[in-house]
Amino acid sequence: MNNVPKSLQYSKTHEWVRRDDDLFTIGITDHAQAMLGHLVYVELPEPESNLEVGQECAVVESVKAAADVYSPVSGEVVEINEALLETPQLINEDPYGKGWLFRIRPYENEALKLLNSEQYLKQVVSEAH
Amino acid sequence: MGKKTPLYLSHLAANAKMVDFAGWDMPLHYGSQVQEHHYVRRDAGMFDVSHMTIVDVKGQDVIAYLHYLLANNIDKLIPGKAFYTCMLNNQGGVVDDLIVYKIADDFYRLVVNSATRDKDLNWLNEHAKKYTIMLEERTDLAILAIQGCKVKNKITAIFNPEDLRSILALKPFHFVTIDSFFIARTGYTGEDGFEIIVPAKAVSALWERLITAQIHPCGLGARDTLRLEAGLNLYGTDMDEKVTPLESNLGWTVAWEPKERHFIGRQALEKQQQQGVTCSLVGLILRESGVLRNHQKVKIEGGGEGEITSGSFSPTLNKGIALARVPITIGTECQVEIRGKQHTAQVIKPPFVRQGQINEMIID
Repeated sequence: MNNVPKSLQYSKTHEWVRRDDDLFTIGITDHAQAMLGHLVYVELPEPESNLEVGQECAVVESVKAAADVYSPVSGEVVEINEALLETPQLINEDPYGKGWLFRIRPYENEALKLLNSEQYLKQVVSEAH
Repeated sequence: MGKKTPLYLSHLAANAKMVDFAGWDMPLHYGSQVQEHHYVRRDAGMFDVSHMTIVDVKGQDVIAYLHYLLANNIDKLIPGKAFYTCMLNNQGGVVDDLIVYKIADDFYRLVVNSATRDKDLNWLNEHAKKYTIMLEERTDLAILAIQGCKVKNKITAIFNPEDLRSILALKPFHFVTIDSFFIARTGYTGEDGFEIIVPAKAVSALWERLITAQIHPCGLGARDTLRLEAGLNLYGTDMDEKVTPLESNLGWTVAWEPKERHFIGRQALEKQQQQGVTCSLVGLILRESGVLRNHQKVKIEGGGEGEITSGSFSPTLNKGIALARVPITIGTECQVEIRGKQHTAQVIKPPFVRQGQINEMIID
């Protein structure tokens, strides 16, 4: 089974969210990268752009498929992982570390509607059947 | 549950990710599609292509039958030689593409696509009525394609010296029969190699011996990027019954001479040639990073539009590449629409990569 760290929160669309002080770091899950296979291209949101929950904000492409990334949080993009533009495979190699996509400063009073690791794992298992 | 080739269990044993392909359970990859692509370009890989349809054609009228059925002319063949051709409908549209092997003057072997098996068998049978011939689908056979620059070195341990000599002496598109093995120097990757047709019950043992010889299992994923780099059309994607070989970069497969040979679609092709062919299948290379995909829109300078028929990512070039059907007025550059934005692509005559060499027209 793919790696689903307990310390992170997840969206139904296979993004993960990590809280670092007042910022959220966002990436795609190990399961998502494994489904896509060897990634060859990444499009990231514009820095300083504003995203709403569920908004298409990035694209990850493998040889066989392109997948949209949906923002799991509303807020302002404060940083993107530029290393991915040169080396998209960082997502395959280290989806929760070097393969992060972008950081967002959430709007105030932003209530997160995310899954914990157990709920996300359940969803992955149910999708497989 | 799909149909299974005799190598189904071998694929599972090699950790294949299995997918449905035209009703068959086939290996997509065995871990990494990109790595498998590189194995074939730099080393040696093998593909189970037993899902493809083999049809043997025998009988006294076989020459007349194939003269009528195929756009290429079997008079070019001698026993032990094969060619690539299309069979066309009356409008000149491509019913399927296939390899034809001449085994004897009254015995030919056709290998057609599995996705079009039923249609092809109907077509072959329908046109066979006027001829004294016998068609036999060979479901008792399996096919392995072994491809890559190091294949020739790696098979030395597999065949005895005498057989090996005759295999290594094969020129492209020639074949030899050794016992129950039918070995042809053909393939669908743009690299040197062989396609081996063997009895279904013998193929697992051969697979094991090839694995021992360090020939890596490769899936349909790598097969697709390899054939695309090699500029080889995929039936149903790059061409179908609505387009002719002249619109599909396959004019070279049409044998116009002798003029008396009447083949299905000839009149339509002649008419198209007189009136002028208006579109062609070209190769595109995306200038910036990104991936080209099927059905993306292509815009050419001075107006006119086309469409990508096969788009993907080239592991060899590290760039998005595609085959696209476009107006023949296209220049050396065009624009491709990706998610609503225009991106510049270079236009070339395929292939992109053959025999490990990058097409020298491609601008880095």
